[in-house]
Amino acid sequence: MGDRFKPDSIEQVAEIVSWAAAETTPIEVLGRGSKAVLGRPTQTEYSLDLSALTGITLYEPDELVLSARAGTPMAEIEAALAEENQYLAFEPADYGPLLKGSAQEMGPSGSLGGVVSCNLAGPRRIKSGAARDHFLGLKGVSGRGEVFQAGGRVVKNVTGYDLMKLHAGAYGTLSALTDVTVKVLPAPEKTRSVLLFGLDDAEAVIAMTQAMGSSHEVSAAAYLPAAIAQEFASSRFPDAQSVTAIRVEGPGPSVNHRCAALRNELTGQAETEELHSHNSLSLWAFIRDVIPFALPSQDFSAESDAVWRISVPPAQGADYVAALKTSLGEDAATVRYFFDWSGGLIWLALPEKDEARHEAVRSALAPFGGHATLIRASADLRNRIAVFQPLDLGIAALSSRVKKSFDPHGIMNPGRMYAGV
Amino acid sequence: MLMPEPDQAMISRKRELVMKLREIVPGEGVIADEDELRVYESDGLTAYKQPPLIAVLPETTEQVSRVLKYCHDEGIKVVPRGAGTSLSGGALPLADGIILGLGKFNRILAVDFDNRCAVVQPGVTNLGITKAVEDEGFYYAPDPSSQIACTIGGNVAENSGGVHCLKYGLTTNNLLGLEIVLIDGTVLRIGGKHLDAEGYDLLGLMTGSEGLLGVVTEVTVRLLKKPETARALLLGFSSSEAAGELVAAIIAAGIVPGGMEMMDRPAIHAAEDFVHAGYPLDVEALLIVELDGPKAEVDHLIETVSGLADAKGAVTKRVSESEEERMRFWAGRKAAFPAVGRISPDYYCMDGTIPRNQLPHVLRRMREMSEHYELGVANVFHAGDGNLHPLILYDANKEGELQKAEDFGSDILRLCVEVGGVLTGEHGVGVEKRDLMPDMFSDIDLKQQQRVKCAFDPDALLNPGKVFPQLHRCAELGRMHISRGQLPFPELPRF
Repeated sequence: MGDRFKPDSIEQVAEIVSWAAAETTPIEVLGRGSKAVLGRPTQTEYSLDLSALTGITLYEPDELVLSARAGTPMAEIEAALAEENQYLAFEPADYGPLLKGSAQEMGPSGSLGGVVSCNLAGPRRIKSGAARDHFLGLKGVSGRGEVFQAGGRVVKNVTGYDLMKLHAGAYGTLSALTDVTVKVLPAPEKTRSVLLFGLDDAEAVIAMTQAMGSSHEVSAAAYLPAAIAQEFASSRFPDAQSVTAIRVEGPGPSVNHRCAALRNELTGQAETEELHSHNSLSLWAFIRDVIPFALPSQDFSAESDAVWRISVPPAQGADYVAALKTSLGEDAATVRYFFDWSGGLIWLALPEKDEARHEAVRSALAPFGGHATLIRASADLRNRIAVFQPLDLGIAALSSRVKKSFDPHGIMNPGRMYAGV
Repeated sequence: MLMPEPDQAMISRKRELVMKLREIVPGEGVIADEDELRVYESDGLTAYKQPPLIAVLPETTEQVSRVLKYCHDEGIKVVPRGAGTSLSGGALPLADGIILGLGKFNRILAVDFDNRCAVVQPGVTNLGITKAVEDEGFYYAPDPSSQIACTIGGNVAENSGGVHCLKYGLTTNNLLGLEIVLIDGTVLRIGGKHLDAEGYDLLGLMTGSEGLLGVVTEVTVRLLKKPETARALLLGFSSSEAAGELVAAIIAAGIVPGGMEMMDRPAIHAAEDFVHAGYPLDVEALLIVELDGPKAEVDHLIETVSGLADAKGAVTKRVSESEEERMRFWAGRKAAFPAVGRISPDYYCMDGTIPRNQLPHVLRRMREMSEHYELGVANVFHAGDGNLHPLILYDANKEGELQKAEDFGSDILRLCVEVGGVLTGEHGVGVEKRDLMPDMFSDIDLKQQQRVKCAFDPDALLNPGKVFPQLHRCAELGRMHISRGQLPFPELPRF
């Protein structure tokens, strides 16, 4: 790692990228660096640090819109929204504890630009979408060194291509975002969770599928096997039992009514309990920020588990895990996992060593469809195993052309997602 | 409206093209007869007409792929078409190009209630999806007003909305997967039944790309459980400002209604005359606020909104007590366009989006424009999401009125951009708003978008003449003017 540029205006960003394009010198594009170890390891002499581009530039609660410079800390965004009882409905996760073992007393780590560039989403993904679904407008500097914008500040807009979607989850490989506009929404008045105890993987997925298919507007459904559930400090959890959690949110009377209805409909499957307000919020933060697999210290060590994030059709979550266990044979006992998104998101931790196990994670996916991302691992493993799901050849070729349309010299975070992108 | 100059050499090759295309799509699937081609000469924007050179109606993805590859190899322009309900001329044919109609792709391939999704062909109508799943209590959420006729493939191309967008999102928020065919015949599958496709979000990019990037041959949509109940309030105000204040107050109270629609005085009168929905005629603005969800929630929120309406000075207030009454509230709004059609020989429907709080200002300016152009205007407004549909009244048989209506429309859209909004909320740019794009985007912005187009279609054969006011060659767009220099900002902090 060599020089780090830390511009404080969009003009400076443009000048730095133009220079790098002229020199064909790759640069690492960073927000606040909280997810810098996510992705394929890249070697760049220069980095473009956008953390000095900060500040909320527009926030109109009545209009449900917020714009901020890309490097604005998420802590600042969330504090401003909380003051108006609003929130980002996609419930962005904070990967700080997972990737860097950082404590959360000071609020979430990371920047708004980073959240959209990684297309993060929390448990509410199944109801309200991911960052991509709330990303209304952008301004940035393409790999050509040109300042451009797309989208706007209104929800309903089909004027020109949706370049916001393209930048959501592009990990800074197309442009350096300098300004981000997102849709915000009123935060729910009440949150409450119905808990079901002692279900196995398959039973849990059936219960979650039933809850999601009800008209009770469930906003999250997760399943913690017994070993993981124990790590969440709650006197409400019986010992050594799995926990299936179904969340409802909204106005008080509605939440009461729906919780009662859900308990009634899911009865017979297991013993049930309810978690209210604060306890419910902390349970979902525990799931959202992948706290069960948080790093105990700041550095990834030889003893740390590698962590995978797997997206499958929700109803097939348990089938996937069963298939993986079968293919791992005796090693299956070394795998820890839990489900979010009603079974559609599986967080999986397993020992770093032995590449074959990691290859099994992906090969077991084939019959179900979906994708697996190696979110946390040593640089060595991230060099040897594809971090992002390998793309079909046609998609890979198209992605490479799309990349070139923004970044013809391949200088923006080259190789962070895929070789040649 | 200037379309690219037709290529006479291509037109003179018609017979050969028809023969080759019939080898790919046998039987009736290739239409060459000029009378039969007239069916395709325009879409929902009827002011523009142009029969295509040939219409091709394939039935399989393989045929689409072979047709496109043939067109790619021969340099033939292709305009994809769903049901032809576009209001922006997105499916307007070219004299030297083929129409690729996806109407025969009309099957629902699979419904997966456990994963709450359906896999359908692009020619299935929007409402057809809901019809196929409603027995189990599910529905497909985006509901553009043309939903009886418009196809899901067209919805993907235009990123269609509807009255429930604020709460349930647009097409782009309700898709999981696509199968697309590129102009060179490559068939690609994006996403599936899982959330968030791997790699770049090509699903998001394709949605709303107006048929310029690829042809959609299969769509996987999300299904939602029907809300337990829905109730609506019908509220009259003595000014659009007061109605606007209530909209802001509802959102400030943390409520996201399923639908929130506003009509101005001319629209109210036209609708009432037409369907007798019982709308008050002595108000300046009418607001329909619909709340949907669990019954306990809806009843609770109806009371809250009702209280807010009183506080904001609603002069009439009715709350639906039955499904029949709720439908009656909506009857006038849903018939607003044809109702306006009754009071004027022709009308021109616009589609800008504005920040909600700009509504009174925009309506005031529109009244001034109306006087200037001497043309009436009626407004319906998706108050929840800021999408405005001014209906400009004109008579095409009067010399120069169409032109005046178009100029009026352009002025309205420029005004939308000026107050922080956009040119089109859900109808698309098409040919209609193509030449206004520079009012919203810089030359650099537009060239960047066209570079994305080049990544999909380097010879600009898919739907040329739409969306972009100026066609650039991809090679020219790819060029970079660079001068090697010193490290920038020697004074810049580095770490």
